Amino acid sequence: MEKPKLALYWAASCGGCEITVVDIEEKILDVAEFFDIVFWPCIMDFKYSDVEAMDDKFIDITLFNGAIRNSENEYMAKLLRQKSKILVAFGSCAYDGCIPGLANFYDKESILKFVYEESDTVDETKGTLPQPKSEMPEGEISIPEFWNTVHTLNQIVDVDYFIPGCPPQSFQVAATLIAIIDILKTGKELPPKGTVLGADSKTCCDECPRERKEKKIKEFFRPHEIIPKEDECLLDQGILCMGPATRSGCGALCVKANVPCRGCYGAPANVIDQGAKMISALSSVIDATSPEEVKRIIDKIADPLGTLYRFTLAASTFRRKQ
Amino acid sequence: MEEVQLNENQEVTTKEFEPKIVGFLCNWCAYSGADLAGVSRLQSSPNIRIIRTMCSGRVDPSFVLRAFELGADGILIAGCHFGDCHYSEGNYKTMRRVTMLKKLLQLFGIDERRLRLEWISASEAEKYARVSFEFTNEIKQLGPLKLQKN
Repeated sequence: MEKPKLALYWAASCGGCEITVVDIEEKILDVAEFFDIVFWPCIMDFKYSDVEAMDDKFIDITLFNGAIRNSENEYMAKLLRQKSKILVAFGSCAYDGCIPGLANFYDKESILKFVYEESDTVDETKGTLPQPKSEMPEGEISIPEFWNTVHTLNQIVDVDYFIPGCPPQSFQVAATLIAIIDILKTGKELPPKGTVLGADSKTCCDECPRERKEKKIKEFFRPHEIIPKEDECLLDQGILCMGPATRSGCGALCVKANVPCRGCYGAPANVIDQGAKMISALSSVIDATSPEEVKRIIDKIADPLGTLYRFTLAASTFRRKQ
Repeated sequence: MEEVQLNENQEVTTKEFEPKIVGFLCNWCAYSGADLAGVSRLQSSPNIRIIRTMCSGRVDPSFVLRAFELGADGILIAGCHFGDCHYSEGNYKTMRRVTMLKKLLQLFGIDERRLRLEWISASEAEKYARVSFEFTNEIKQLGPLKLQKN
């Protein structure tokens, strides 16, 4: 039997998702044995022209990590969609926009201005902005065009499945890949399109071992301001933990290390906006009976938008700062 | 929506902007208040599209964001006065929620006046009528909400 073909690609991402695939330990041997890896620029030498030369739907599965930040990302997203039977948004960047998506608080102009003009580390080249096309003695050269807004993969092309997480936990990646191998071997039915793989549908609180009491928050603390008790709910203690508005599946990793959930698995099932859901959760637990008191309490939250939408700004209802 | 027309000189003229406003009114107080306004033949603003909810506390923040996304220029949430809530403290939750939502809107660069919270009892038909016009005029002044996605 001809081996099924697997491709991995990274767009606007940090590379952590690639690491998590390698991090499945000896199971990577099963993956390498079962699949024919036809494109994985991070670890093997492939060119875009190799993909362009493929027939449509030539690749069985593409794991696409990274947000869509520039014209090159868009080109590759569309190309891989065309060449793949199954396209998976792999990791928080492709699924929700993740940390690159936080750039949506700013616009293209202000980002380029800071990076190439105002930043202290810019010296000789101050004020020289990158241009999509430049004339050189050898001829015209081009670089991808930088976009005003970071997009999720799903906003650019049709996506079949989603695997959340920053990065997706390796045990979940292993389980998902093994399940896919099993499906392809036995001809079982694939899960319905749009399914979120490698995670559950409940919230992080569902996996959290800490004891929860009735919450009455009078004051928020940043993690460095208090030493949290190890067995009590962090939100009870006034630390903004995103657990109530975050999908379960990671095994409550952060809270087990005594730090609040940051929300990397994105919104739970049937929730369209993670930040809005967190506001809903907070409105039930903040102990205030007047707007002034509420304001006083929430004013202590440092960077509220970056906290509520740390991983999902590009996928949020408004997508960017207006 | 703003209607754009061309006159004889091919200049763009605009009709007065009629805002779309979504009103989430609680079943027990504000909705009854609006109902009483109708029964009493008090005129209220036709710009408000009323959605009846069992409690103002039923209005999830994502309803508000989604309504703005789908084209609402303003959103009115109205419930019972403090102490009157049919579910004893749903309106306190609404108050906290709206306070936080207003801050969220501000941070997203949207004028927080587009979201308004009012307490209207079942007998305050006049208050509903007054608030509906006040709010409509305020949104008219703010102009249409244009969300940028790219």
